[in-house]
Amino acid sequence: MDTLAIEMSAKTPLVKLSPGGKLEFRGRSIPENSIEFYSPIFDWIDSFAADPQPETELHIQLEYFNTSSSKCLLDIFKKLQTLHVAGKSKVTAHWYYESDDEDMLEAGEDYQAIIKIPFMLIKID
Amino acid sequence: MFDIYDFYEKMEDGKIMLSFKGEITPDLLSSILLIMESKLDNLGEEPKLRKKVYNVLVECLQNLYHHNDVNNETLKSNSKTALLLIGRNDQSTYKIITGNYIANENVDNFRDRLEKINSLNKEELKEFYLSTLSNEEFSEKGGGGLGMIDIARKSGQKILYSFTNVDENNSFFSLVIQVS
Repeated sequence: MDTLAIEMSAKTPLVKLSPGGKLEFRGRSIPENSIEFYSPIFDWIDSFAADPQPETELHIQLEYFNTSSSKCLLDIFKKLQTLHVAGKSKVTAHWYYESDDEDMLEAGEDYQAIIKIPFMLIKID
Repeated sequence: MFDIYDFYEKMEDGKIMLSFKGEITPDLLSSILLIMESKLDNLGEEPKLRKKVYNVLVECLQNLYHHNDVNNETLKSNSKTALLLIGRNDQSTYKIITGNYIANENVDNFRDRLEKINSLNKEELKEFYLSTLSNEEFSEKGGGGLGMIDIARKSGQKILYSFTNVDENNSFFSLVIQVS
């Protein structure tokens, strides 16, 4: 299985999904068509989930994301939750937010409330 | 001749930072966001306000891009044409004003949804957002009905809106969002 790496753009985040079990998202996610952007990511996670590592780390550090991306992020969380609940991989989610960004903290808390995997909210300065 | 100075003064008095009327395309959205980001930066706004304005603007613009479900046959102007105004007063209160066509058959549903959103307090809006996020499938446009809830949550204000009947098939939807 290969690493999926997508470079950052004005409307889409840097994505780096490694077969070793580290899944990273960084930047902005405000595309008009988020499903188009996220579908290769969903496919990669599905393949990964078929033969996962014992531990999986999800790191999300976003500056902005739109509501259509929020649905896609939820789908990513749900896929990893399935993996975690089935005991196939120990998943942890890391949600980063800038210290003055209450909305991003709140968005992390929103996911934390819905998703049943260990979920860390990490403040960055 | 059309009085351009008068038009300029009206925009100046109205504290208009940016105005656009025309077809909304992904490239245009990128340009507007870029312009607004640099304006917010130059004005030295607090990062918190800057982010709120940017976030609300993204949702407003994407609403304009995704929703142009009108009946062209009876409409005189181009149905894809929308209006965007962004204003800022001296107290750093931002106003995002949009106008776009909507098919009459969709007006009632949309109005009901906006009324519902306006009737909710902060905590109830959060609940509504979470239930919409986790229960609803994607709409074909990908928005899934979250946009207006998000705008209401981020702006922390009631949504001001109106529908103006244009002809037997179409109405014009006006929206005013305040962020401060």
